[in-house]
Amino acid sequence: MSSNKKYWKSVEELNENSSIVEALRNSEFVEEIPTDEFLGNSSALSSAGTTRRDFLKYVGFTTAAATLAACEGPVNMSIPYVVQPEEIIPGIADYYATTVFDGFDFANLLVKTREGRPIKIDNNGMAGAKFAANARVHASVLSLYDSMRLKEPKISGKTASWVDVNSKLQSSLTDAKAKGGQVVLLTNTLASPSTEKLIAEFLGKNPNAKHVIYDAVSESETLDAFETVYGERALVDYDFSKASVIVSVGADFLGDWQGGNYGSSYAKGRIPQGSKGNQKISRHFQLEANMTLSGAAADKRVAMSTANQKQALVLIYNIVAGASIPVTLEAKLKAEVSKIAQELGKSGGKGVLVSGIQDKNAQLLVLAINQVLKSESFSTVGTRQIRKGSNQKVAQLINDMKAGSVHTLIMSGVNPVYSLPNSKDFVDGLKKVSLSASFSLKEDETASITTIAAAAPHYLESWGDVSITKGTYSLTQPTIRPLFDTKQFQDVLLFLNGIPGTYYNYLKANSASIIAGSTWNQVLHDGIFVGTIPTTAGGTADYNGAASALAQSKVAQGLELVLYTKTGLGDGQQANNPWLQEFPDPITRVSWDNYVTISAADAKKLDLSNEIVADGGLNGSYATIKTSDGVTLENVPVIVQPGQAVGTVGLAFGYGKSAALKEEMQVGVNAYSLYKGFNNVQTVTLTKADGEHEFACVQGQKTLMGRGDIIKETTLKIFNTEDAEFWNPQPMVSLDHKEVKATSVDLWASFDRSVGHHFNLSIDLNACTGCGSCVIACHAENNVPVVGKEEVRRSRDMHWLRIDRYYSSEETFAGDNERKENIAGLSSSLSTFNEMENASDNPQVAFQPVMCQHCNHAPCETVCPVAATSHSRQGQNHMAYNRCVGTRYCANNCPYKVRRFNWFLYNKNSEFDFHMNDDLGRMVLNPDVNVRSRGVMEKCSMCIQKTQETILTAKNEGREVVDGEFQTACSSACTTGAMVFGDINDKKSKVAKLVKDERMYHLLEHVGTKPNVVYHVKVRNT
Amino acid sequence: MSHIYDSPIRKPLIIGDKSYHDVTVDVAAPVEGKANKQWWIVFSISLLAFIWGLGCIVYTISTGIGTWGLNKTVGWAWDITNFVWWVGIGHAGTLISAVLLLFRQRWRMAINRSAEAMTIFSVIQAGLFPIIHMGRPWLAYWVLPIPNQFGSLWVNFNSPLLWDVFAISTYLSVSLVFWWTGLLPDFAMLRDRAITPFNKRVYSILSFGWSGRAKDWQRFEEVSLVLAGLATPLVLSVHTIVSMDFATSVIPGWHTTIFPPYFVAGAVFSGFAMVNTLLIIMRKVSNLEAYITIQHIELMNIVIMITGSIVGVAYITELFVAWYSGVEYEQYAFLNRATGPYWWAYWSMMTCNVFSPQFMWFKKLRTSIMFSFIISIVVNIGMWFERFVIIVTSLHRDYLPSSWTMFSPTFVDIGIFIGTIGFFFVLFLLYARTFPVIAQAEVKTILKATGDNFIKARAANKDSHHE
Repeated sequence: MSSNKKYWKSVEELNENSSIVEALRNSEFVEEIPTDEFLGNSSALSSAGTTRRDFLKYVGFTTAAATLAACEGPVNMSIPYVVQPEEIIPGIADYYATTVFDGFDFANLLVKTREGRPIKIDNNGMAGAKFAANARVHASVLSLYDSMRLKEPKISGKTASWVDVNSKLQSSLTDAKAKGGQVVLLTNTLASPSTEKLIAEFLGKNPNAKHVIYDAVSESETLDAFETVYGERALVDYDFSKASVIVSVGADFLGDWQGGNYGSSYAKGRIPQGSKGNQKISRHFQLEANMTLSGAAADKRVAMSTANQKQALVLIYNIVAGASIPVTLEAKLKAEVSKIAQELGKSGGKGVLVSGIQDKNAQLLVLAINQVLKSESFSTVGTRQIRKGSNQKVAQLINDMKAGSVHTLIMSGVNPVYSLPNSKDFVDGLKKVSLSASFSLKEDETASITTIAAAAPHYLESWGDVSITKGTYSLTQPTIRPLFDTKQFQDVLLFLNGIPGTYYNYLKANSASIIAGSTWNQVLHDGIFVGTIPTTAGGTADYNGAASALAQSKVAQGLELVLYTKTGLGDGQQANNPWLQEFPDPITRVSWDNYVTISAADAKKLDLSNEIVADGGLNGSYATIKTSDGVTLENVPVIVQPGQAVGTVGLAFGYGKSAALKEEMQVGVNAYSLYKGFNNVQTVTLTKADGEHEFACVQGQKTLMGRGDIIKETTLKIFNTEDAEFWNPQPMVSLDHKEVKATSVDLWASFDRSVGHHFNLSIDLNACTGCGSCVIACHAENNVPVVGKEEVRRSRDMHWLRIDRYYSSEETFAGDNERKENIAGLSSSLSTFNEMENASDNPQVAFQPVMCQHCNHAPCETVCPVAATSHSRQGQNHMAYNRCVGTRYCANNCPYKVRRFNWFLYNKNSEFDFHMNDDLGRMVLNPDVNVRSRGVMEKCSMCIQKTQETILTAKNEGREVVDGEFQTACSSACTTGAMVFGDINDKKSKVAKLVKDERMYHLLEHVGTKPNVVYHVKVRNT
Repeated sequence: MSHIYDSPIRKPLIIGDKSYHDVTVDVAAPVEGKANKQWWIVFSISLLAFIWGLGCIVYTISTGIGTWGLNKTVGWAWDITNFVWWVGIGHAGTLISAVLLLFRQRWRMAINRSAEAMTIFSVIQAGLFPIIHMGRPWLAYWVLPIPNQFGSLWVNFNSPLLWDVFAISTYLSVSLVFWWTGLLPDFAMLRDRAITPFNKRVYSILSFGWSGRAKDWQRFEEVSLVLAGLATPLVLSVHTIVSMDFATSVIPGWHTTIFPPYFVAGAVFSGFAMVNTLLIIMRKVSNLEAYITIQHIELMNIVIMITGSIVGVAYITELFVAWYSGVEYEQYAFLNRATGPYWWAYWSMMTCNVFSPQFMWFKKLRTSIMFSFIISIVVNIGMWFERFVIIVTSLHRDYLPSSWTMFSPTFVDIGIFIGTIGFFFVLFLLYARTFPVIAQAEVKTILKATGDNFIKARAANKDSHHE
């Protein structure tokens, strides 16, 4: 359709005769455009300062400038690579196998680095790498980024160069040679073939030199005993998985006894195995003074003083070896010990006896008993090399120093001023030494008074080799360029020996002969080389004589102080590590402190007490400890410890440091000052001191209150003879007047969870020893903030994963349940519940790791007003930090109380001056996990960053995820097999089988939350 | 209405020889007169408390919730205790103005204005807590179902906290409208009496151009009735929903079906007590003894006694059900409440809420002004403890003994609570000086029916129907 519309352009068109219409027809504008007026004058134009082009340039420039200025320029704190190293891909983690041995802890590791920063310690899964990281080793990555580290060498307190240090040392050696003074190398146990060779060369060059090995926590007596019998200074590497009867006389082998690291072999024998109805686990007896991890795990624990333990050991020797040395032991204890000894004797090769008594005779008896038993767990093949220190030699050195015969003293990896009981003598002696040097990570008590404070690198910045057990060879490799101007002790030794090159070259050359059959690169990649393992030839000694001597050891008057190391700080090297300070002790659950543990009976006698105050914090009395030699330690806080043997008290090493420590970390008292003669048992008197100590304890309630469904447990006998319904009863509810399983009743329609992955975490309460590796691993993986002593005290610890520890109120947990069942009437319930709040004097102990249970019917998810927490297809309960407004309703409604709230800003806040408050400390943060801000809730995510990464990797490689690939930080840190993580939709996976196991139960099943974390009934072999 | 005469046995609701003009003058007096010294003293104290509370709030928001005494186990304590307490107090106003209107209880007329003012002011206090108790209160608007740029992110309609948002905001807005509607003729009265142009202007705006025509009055009555109808279910719903914060959870001591009626009864209980507290003072200070009589106080005391007894029954029912349920966690929760570390809070609650109102059975006591005043304070203390007991004693020892701990308030917790009391009184004192505190228009409608002088006159004339 054609249009006949006429479009009017102006009103003038109405007038046919208008001149305007005519004009418009010809040109665009009615009036002439006066272009000539401003363009015509070309001379004026050409003389003008701004041409059109210039004008456009100006417009262009200002627009561009304004645009750029509007964007905030990035602040570059790091320099981008010019040439990208092939192995570093941003966002992809690199792993390096390495080995740690710091004189106390040792482990075969896999270090995770991101963009060149080590951020996480994992266990090396290579065959032969059997030593796993404990809590302290997991935390050691943070010690690398310690802002209080010694950042450059210092001479007499002034910053110096390494050239000066080297020349000063060299001239001192020459001077010593000239004057005939002694040169002493004082080191921790090295267990390093290359360093030992280097030292041997040094001693060869300097005939006036000697090497003294000093272990802060001494195993000298044990080493002496072993040396007497086997002719070698080493420790037995026990294999507890082969034992069916384990008797420990004062040995906390699940803790730090002889280096520890026995958790996994022990746990192997603790998970019921065998055909149904005839399943077996080992039987563990523990005779000890302090309540330890081993005592907590034991099937039968007898609390007794070390003096009694000595008698008990002789008694066991009598019974097992058929000797008849007279023993003085109280009748009741005697009967108990005899029973244990008979059982041990009967078990023959399947039995093993260990002891932590620091007495050569006692340790000789240990060897004797295991020899008689022909214990399979006791093997001299591949002995442990990790303790070599000699008490006598250290004592000799101090005498020499005081006598002024030591000219040059070079120390490495030791802090004698802090850790020697007679540190005053050492300091006095040091004044007579012409030149002293200390290779140290910190300007610690020793390094701050030596002539040279030699800044040593952290093990994650160092080269090295370790032979943890005889026949194995592990390498330590740097995972980051040294952060500071540090130099390894070995490099300086090379210089002093006049050997050119670096320690790396020396190490590589030296390793060649050791790693025969393999290559340097292969060993470096694996982290470990297992060669032929030599057997130390057996021998014997006058065991009867040792037994008689032991039986006659004097019983001192007063309280017996048993010094020990805590899971958190160990010997105290990492006292400035906030993760470890905040780590609650597995037994007492107190963080940020050491304290004297005392039995309830003794506490009552001495008027010492603990109480929970109004804000839930734990308070305790102070006591003054005075040894029989007159050494006093004032104002030691007191913890009344269930299971502490009457007549004994315990105190942990590693605290009471002050040098190179942030103020917040300067906690506790220095127990080394009481460690006279390197004897961990001292005779002391305790007196009450004024004041109340404020503890930071994360668990005020000690007992389970008869709530047997929280930690289900049974005995091996019942487990083997009764149906699962008997020892693992399911909660029942009434539906239409019929009893049905609570889990079968559901208000909600369930989702189809058969598609995709469905993650479950299984926790075997039989295998969990409470070691706490998982707690620190979780801390490291998930950027969990440290909140400090005051906040922990106020029940605001942020741990996503905690290990609950319960004591029984009766002698056993079964007794608790029974007592609660038998409550009749109101008044009886009142008195009973009150009494059940108190732990028994020698209680059973149970550990239960608790993290977010990732409930399929999560109470937290329904109550969040902004839907900040919700469920994933894969079974994980998500927490969208960015969405959280912080009502805390979710935490209130969580039956497991696993949600943690950011009460304050915990990063970049000087009120919380921990690692997240400085640039260096923040380098440890995992870039895959965000750092939470103030006011949001956080909790265990089931390491979603790890599971997603695994899924992506498999997807990129076009394959299915293999069982065992899915790991959480806790499950990969757990080497006892207690924590198994995986996909239950993968029917062949280990976790799928565990979830179907008869021992499986859910925590608080009756609430109907349907958790994705499952527990396994604890079976006690009582 | 005005011509429905009361039975002669009923007591007069307006005492003294009051004419319509007297009513006007009496009600307008506090507004038109100057504040006395006492007012200034009380106002200054309240203002100081308010500013102190404000400081504590600013400190909380700038530093973190960590300034409070809460911890990983006890995630709510004084914050939600105060919230529920203030909401509960608010209930009396609505009950008096709406429910009693529907039931044609004419004694409400002297007190409904102030009771409703109290409602609004206390709901404002209450509304403060859910916002400031958030870890990130600047994001509080996220709990509103508003269109947003977060993609499909929406609020969680399953959450009782969200229901709270709707319940409280509805409650506040309906109460405010209802209150203001009632205020219109009275503001108009003040406007008409105003001498200064400023006052005239202000009251003229506040009265929304009320002209007093018959149509105005007709609409006024209709709107009042409709709003009363709307507000009445709110009396029940608001505290029912508040109680669901607890009742729908899984925590022993919270997970209780009895909560909705129990909370509503408790709310009315505490609200009437607060009305008593306020009016006993106000009738004295503002010379309103003729309108707010002993009889009013007595009637309110009776309501307090009844609701207190309902609450008492609820407490005992809870204990019984806990025992009867056979659930050990439930049993322990209640045993712990009564005998655990917070036994003193439980027994304070029991004493104040259940035992103290029983004195009201005695006429001598319930007509004693001093005694009523004391009991009204005691009841409000008791009701605060009730919420504290429910929240803190349930949380501090729940399922896993490992997480058991205690709660102790910090100065900030206390400061904010005191601050809200200060804020409440600041608002109420300003209200008492600027608003017609008695619904004089309504009171005038009953003057001839229940005024003391008219009753006496009728009795004298033996003829009450043809004036």
